[in-house]
Amino acid sequence: MHGRPRKVPKPEDEAASAAKAQKLRALQTQFFSYHHNKIYTKEAVELSAKLLEINPESYTAWNYRKLAVEHYLNQPESNPDSVKSIIDDELRVVESALRQNFKSYGAWHHRKWVLSKGHASIDHELRLVNKFQKADSRNFHAWNYRRFVAELMNRSEQDELKYTEDMINTNFSNYSAWHNRSVLLSNLLEKKAEGFLSKENVLPEEYEFIHQAIFTDPDDQSGWFYHLWLLDQTVKTDSPLLVSSWPSHGSDILLMVDRCHNVSAFSPFTTLHSDSGSFPIVLYFNQSVEGVSSFTVTVESGFNKSEDLVWKPLSVSNSQAAQVWVAHLKFSTSELHSSVEIRVGHSKGITSTRGFQYSYPSVFSFKVNVQPIERDSSQGSVAENILWREENFKVYGTQSEESIPIVSFDQLSLRNGPEPTASNWRAEALAKEIECFRELLSLMDCKIGKLTLARLLMAYDAMSFSCANKLVHSEVLELYSDLMKLDPSHYQYYKDEHSLVLLQQVTSCRESLLKHCFQYMDSISSTICNPICLRLNNLSLSRMGAFEKLLWVQILDLGHNELQSIEGLEAMQLLSCLSLRNNKLRSFTALDPLRKLKSLRVLDISYNQIGEHSIDTTRYLCSSPLSHSVGSEWNKDETVIGDVTLINYWEAFFIFKELNLKQLDIMGNEIADEKFKLILVKLMPTLKQLDGELLG
Amino acid sequence: MNDLPPYPPIDPTTFDLIVIGTGLPESIVAAAASTASKSVLHLDPNPFYGSHFSSLSLTDFPSFLTSHSLSTSPSPQSNGHHNFTVLDFATRPLYSSLDISSFSPHLLHQHSRKFNIDVAGPRVFFCADKSIDLMLKSGASQYLEFKSIDATFLGDDKGNLWSVPDSRAAIFKDKSLGLMEKNQLMRFFKLVQGHLAGEQGIKISEEDLQSPFVDFLNKMGLPPKIKSFILYAIAMVDYDQEDVGVCRDLLKTKDGIDQLALYNASVGRFPNALGALIYPIYGQGELSQAFCRRAAVKGCLYVLRMPVTALLVDKDNGCYKGVRLASGQDLFSKKLILDPSFTVPLPLGSSPPHPLQEKFPLCSLRDDRGKVARGICITKNSLKPEISNFLVVYPPRSLFPEQVTSIRLLQIGSNLAVCPADMFVLYISALCNDDDQGKKLLHSVMNTLLTVPVSINSESNAAVQSETAESSFTAQSDAGEGKPTLLWSALYIQELTLGQVEFICSAPMPDGKLNYNDLVDVTVKFFEEIYRNEEFFPEASSEFSEDDGGIALET
Repeated sequence: MHGRPRKVPKPEDEAASAAKAQKLRALQTQFFSYHHNKIYTKEAVELSAKLLEINPESYTAWNYRKLAVEHYLNQPESNPDSVKSIIDDELRVVESALRQNFKSYGAWHHRKWVLSKGHASIDHELRLVNKFQKADSRNFHAWNYRRFVAELMNRSEQDELKYTEDMINTNFSNYSAWHNRSVLLSNLLEKKAEGFLSKENVLPEEYEFIHQAIFTDPDDQSGWFYHLWLLDQTVKTDSPLLVSSWPSHGSDILLMVDRCHNVSAFSPFTTLHSDSGSFPIVLYFNQSVEGVSSFTVTVESGFNKSEDLVWKPLSVSNSQAAQVWVAHLKFSTSELHSSVEIRVGHSKGITSTRGFQYSYPSVFSFKVNVQPIERDSSQGSVAENILWREENFKVYGTQSEESIPIVSFDQLSLRNGPEPTASNWRAEALAKEIECFRELLSLMDCKIGKLTLARLLMAYDAMSFSCANKLVHSEVLELYSDLMKLDPSHYQYYKDEHSLVLLQQVTSCRESLLKHCFQYMDSISSTICNPICLRLNNLSLSRMGAFEKLLWVQILDLGHNELQSIEGLEAMQLLSCLSLRNNKLRSFTALDPLRKLKSLRVLDISYNQIGEHSIDTTRYLCSSPLSHSVGSEWNKDETVIGDVTLINYWEAFFIFKELNLKQLDIMGNEIADEKFKLILVKLMPTLKQLDGELLG
Repeated sequence: MNDLPPYPPIDPTTFDLIVIGTGLPESIVAAAASTASKSVLHLDPNPFYGSHFSSLSLTDFPSFLTSHSLSTSPSPQSNGHHNFTVLDFATRPLYSSLDISSFSPHLLHQHSRKFNIDVAGPRVFFCADKSIDLMLKSGASQYLEFKSIDATFLGDDKGNLWSVPDSRAAIFKDKSLGLMEKNQLMRFFKLVQGHLAGEQGIKISEEDLQSPFVDFLNKMGLPPKIKSFILYAIAMVDYDQEDVGVCRDLLKTKDGIDQLALYNASVGRFPNALGALIYPIYGQGELSQAFCRRAAVKGCLYVLRMPVTALLVDKDNGCYKGVRLASGQDLFSKKLILDPSFTVPLPLGSSPPHPLQEKFPLCSLRDDRGKVARGICITKNSLKPEISNFLVVYPPRSLFPEQVTSIRLLQIGSNLAVCPADMFVLYISALCNDDDQGKKLLHSVMNTLLTVPVSINSESNAAVQSETAESSFTAQSDAGEGKPTLLWSALYIQELTLGQVEFICSAPMPDGKLNYNDLVDVTVKFFEEIYRNEEFFPEASSEFSEDDGGIALET
């Protein structure tokens, strides 16, 4: 029961419990001897019942009874009457055990097992579970069992839904009831049962219902959980969507086979250097999907007449599902201009991890221009040698007519999006919620109210697609700043959300993005055909995001932030130079996404905290500790390079052995001693410069 | 005296305490005194227990009220005695403007014995109030059974009944409050709970506690509707708190919070009770009877149907000696408690000895708080479908602008054994200054909620006219706008008298409150005044510990 103070045991209670333990031990010894000798006589079975009545937690005794039941049911002389009496006996034992402890896992499980044998009448079960729920309306065992019984009885989900309503009316502080309600509603909506045809009709009533709880007592968490579920139901589209791509729709891509001075009319946003004879195509979905292949995604171009593209999921956990997929399209210098058209989902096969089909087939196209080889460059390739100095970055003077990729993916989203009418009610529902919680916050300071408002505003923003109302970001940023102060125990979560919103704000429109676009120019190379450098430094970011809008970035400065993780960075396939200097990265595991960035040549991870902590906590910062697969491809033969044992550096080994870095800065990390540097040099034969020193 | 039936002589003739009248305060004191091993004789001229606190059948009820509407002067019959002066009792009128109307005499006559009409209604218990504690402590609770009052409503002049959101669950379910109002109300409750529990950071300042509760509610920014709920339907205040001119019981925040605490502690005190309020099966008269039973168990002697005629006073020092019964027997005791209907006028023309005059200030018993108007209605339909037992509060000014006091209405159905099946008894009360004002208050509620058959203009001789009314009543019984039709009503104005403790004591009349909290306080003081060295129901006297005793609640 909830809210009942524990009594301090009196001496006589202790004596009694000692006597009880004595008795229990005797019973147990006898019981185990029966059990081990497989004795299922009446006397033996009764003894186990006695044991369970005193101690319902004795799992072995429950299992013994299961064996005994099987034993009797398999007797040749068993008849319906004897079966019934056996089953009834079991139910009785469970009931008296539950009376002893109505939260006994073993007892509830045994009851399920007995019922699943199919000989018992289930009419009594609902009454029993009602009794237990009346005794404690929040007993989740009883709720669990109730779901089981309801299913067994074929009780209508509408009736059960009504039951949750009654329970909530009695006391709305009931996680179990709200949870069951969400389960039932999901089922009813999925089945499109009568009265539950669409979310559009059902969810507004649910919002109304949950408001009563939230407004009556905003401090009660159970209601907020249900609200979060409702919000998810409102925002979530079941079928996956293509959110963005690289190259983006309508873009003109200049592929340079070699570095050159000649820029022509192409924008540094869409100029890409490729010496591998191929360029990546990146598809960014709104959720993890499976089944992206040359069958489900067709690519038509002047280049690949015969060859099927190989699509690879970009996920850190080598699973077959990913939010981002990449393929490399080979181009030929014989064909200097070609347009490429990509059709996604015109054949079935792309499915979300929850099994929903990709159902909004989309097309996007772009032009590719190949710049043939002009071997006159005597200077070093810029993108292979960067000095991350302030003076080397010049604010990018924009040519007004220039296409910036952000515009085009906005268009893409619109074309792909579900029918506008279908999303109307969603936007309306969100707008209503926003108004509602603004009002609540006008009455009182409420942490979870602020958090919910922030979430609502962002959800609404994501739905509205328009650039028009970007004030919303400032409001949300302010909410998260408030929350960091109000609720220090969840500081890091708010900080992360704050970072993500800030990135949304930066990438929300052309003007704000341009403020972060720079061109790299150092004293050695004065070339201006360098790609744009996106500088998101000094923003006190603790988390990186908005990847769907940054697929085009080749040079990224994330220095002087508070990043502990770079989860999701693997989406930025074009990345060739990356600075993470002066962050809070604690281990090489945190750099795992880099392994997927095949174009990365320059990396600055100086002045982080790698090696400071003996235990690699980064693993546990990731969305799921199971999503990490580092070590699965461990090969014993590789553990020694020369005479240096890698055993202490295996995490570094896994990151760097797959990178083709030419320049690396690692100073200012605990781990970066001379010995380690030696290993790095041996690990990466391509490396030309380490911590500013040219390597022989 | 010759007309009186032969009374058996009472033996012994000397007691520690003689109590006349079996009203609730008298019965509690009788039980307490018996528990303290005093020899007690408890008399009542009536053939039933409870006196002004009784529950009566439909035939006994009018005669009881009528008999206490008149004042009687003592008939000079008393014989002197060599040792003491005999002062004949007089009775004073306690009820006035009695107005009984019956619109269906046949139907009611058939069932007349099935009614248990409370004389001092409407009355309920808060589960956590002092009377419940007293019943548990004294053991009287074992003779009583209760049921929950299902709901409390706030009424308006349109006849709407708004449920009172008196708990977290009720606020959640409420359909009339807006989301903001729900939030405000719950936050206020939490503030009060936090204050009471001494939670950190939640404290209502001393300055606020001493200020009027209504000011505090305003300061909290609560809207008028919620203020009404809190003041009149939860704290049960009588007078208009926002009109200092008429308000005679301006509630301090401190006391308001105590009221809320009482209400809050009442909800959920007994697992079977639905809300804060309970009502005894067979009516409120059971309560007095339960204490009498308790007293009897402890040795108190009971004689009903025994009128007393005179007070016996020591000739020399004017001290009380005893009483003379209607049987002519003289009984003596150290202490005496009298039913409030008795007075002792000093014989005209005779100037009593000086000490006597000093000891009989019996004329100043009138309560300056005015009077209480009470109404009882019997209907065939519930005011609210599907529930039968509930309370309705009409805050000041809710029915008409001049309404300065709350009007409370309690509907009790047959499942509490106070009326025949399919009937309902409605008790209405309000404080008033005079009879006209009182009647106006009662009528305003009746007109709002009930269809009153028109043809009858009932005066006190209603019985005669009702024969003609019968036919008109049946004709239009189902016609009224969905309002239940009145079958019978009794309206009366009751005097409020305070108890008085001298060497003989006069018990108080029922007060104008909804529960017995104040009366219990007065009674405890009464006992302590009489027996300064005795404990009022010492803990050990209860054979039933609270664990197994408790309150019998039927669900």
